Amino acid sequence: MRLKINGEIKKNILAATLKELLEELGITPGRVAVEVNMQVIKKTDYASFRLYDGDVLEIVNFVGGG
Amino acid sequence: MTLTDDQLLRYSRHIILSEVGEKGQAKIAGAKVIIIGAGGLGCSVGYYLTAAGVGAITLIDNDTVELSNLQRQIAHSIHTIGMPKVFSAQKTFNALNPDVNIVPLKTRISKDNIIDLIRDYDIVIDGSDNFPTRYLVNDACVMTGKPLVSGAVLGFEGQVTTIIPGAGPCYRCLFEGPPPPGLVPSSQETGVLGALPGVIGSLQAMEVLKLILGKGEALKGELLIYNALNTAFRKVKFPKDPSCPVCGENPSITELIDYK
Repeated sequence: MRLKINGEIKKNILAATLKELLEELGITPGRVAVEVNMQVIKKTDYASFRLYDGDVLEIVNFVGGG
Repeated sequence: MTLTDDQLLRYSRHIILSEVGEKGQAKIAGAKVIIIGAGGLGCSVGYYLTAAGVGAITLIDNDTVELSNLQRQIAHSIHTIGMPKVFSAQKTFNALNPDVNIVPLKTRISKDNIIDLIRDYDIVIDGSDNFPTRYLVNDACVMTGKPLVSGAVLGFEGQVTTIIPGAGPCYRCLFEGPPPPGLVPSSQETGVLGALPGVIGSLQAMEVLKLILGKGEALKGELLIYNALNTAFRKVKFPKDPSCPVCGENPSITELIDYK
């Protein structure tokens, strides 16, 4: 599957759900917010949220320093 | 208000801008802002807003200046080590521009004092260094309808967004709740390249001045992300969440929370 993540095309994604995608990318879910096609996905929905070819994702880090 | 001859000279590079003029400079001089945190971001945003001639700037911070702050917190110096940061910054800002009424508040904000603290200000600026404060500031601004210019830094990444309650999403529309304590490292643990809060604080100052002047496009509904290593800026649009726990249609958070 092809996804656009943070503006870059990523090919050969194996994950079927958002939870699996974060695992595949080595990202700790608690450290990010994720938007799929301009919709922010709630953390509790990551496991059930299915991804489709061509989806556009933004994965944004929690940044809290001042 | 009428500008004095000295002020006309001091702000001449503002005044010749058609978007500012004497009228705009008078608006800047009439504005009251409050900055949460007198660290890397607070020093940078406060320095530029002082230079710009913002009428009143209140600084809130509970810490004292340490040697390890000086690599990025440009309002402090070796002469103010051990001094509360808000007094150290006040000294520096007063020396730059005595027109500005700098009010130092050495205190920790909490759910019990934040509403009273922000009540009298036009714009709230978040430059705090922890998530409990960020959520408290967001929620208090939503509840009181105060515009909030939020900035954050870590390592080589910086973020800025402007929250206009009622006219766009809030911080929780993107980041619903704070990360579990300890999961996201602090700059004490991870480090931060000193110029980074300079960049992000300057962007915050720019957003504040645009809000005061009513010019340009506010950075609302968008998170501007700066990656210093790649010298790349990315804007992530995020919509207002109708089910947002604080600014949504049926908010579940109606009282402020002091997270740990």
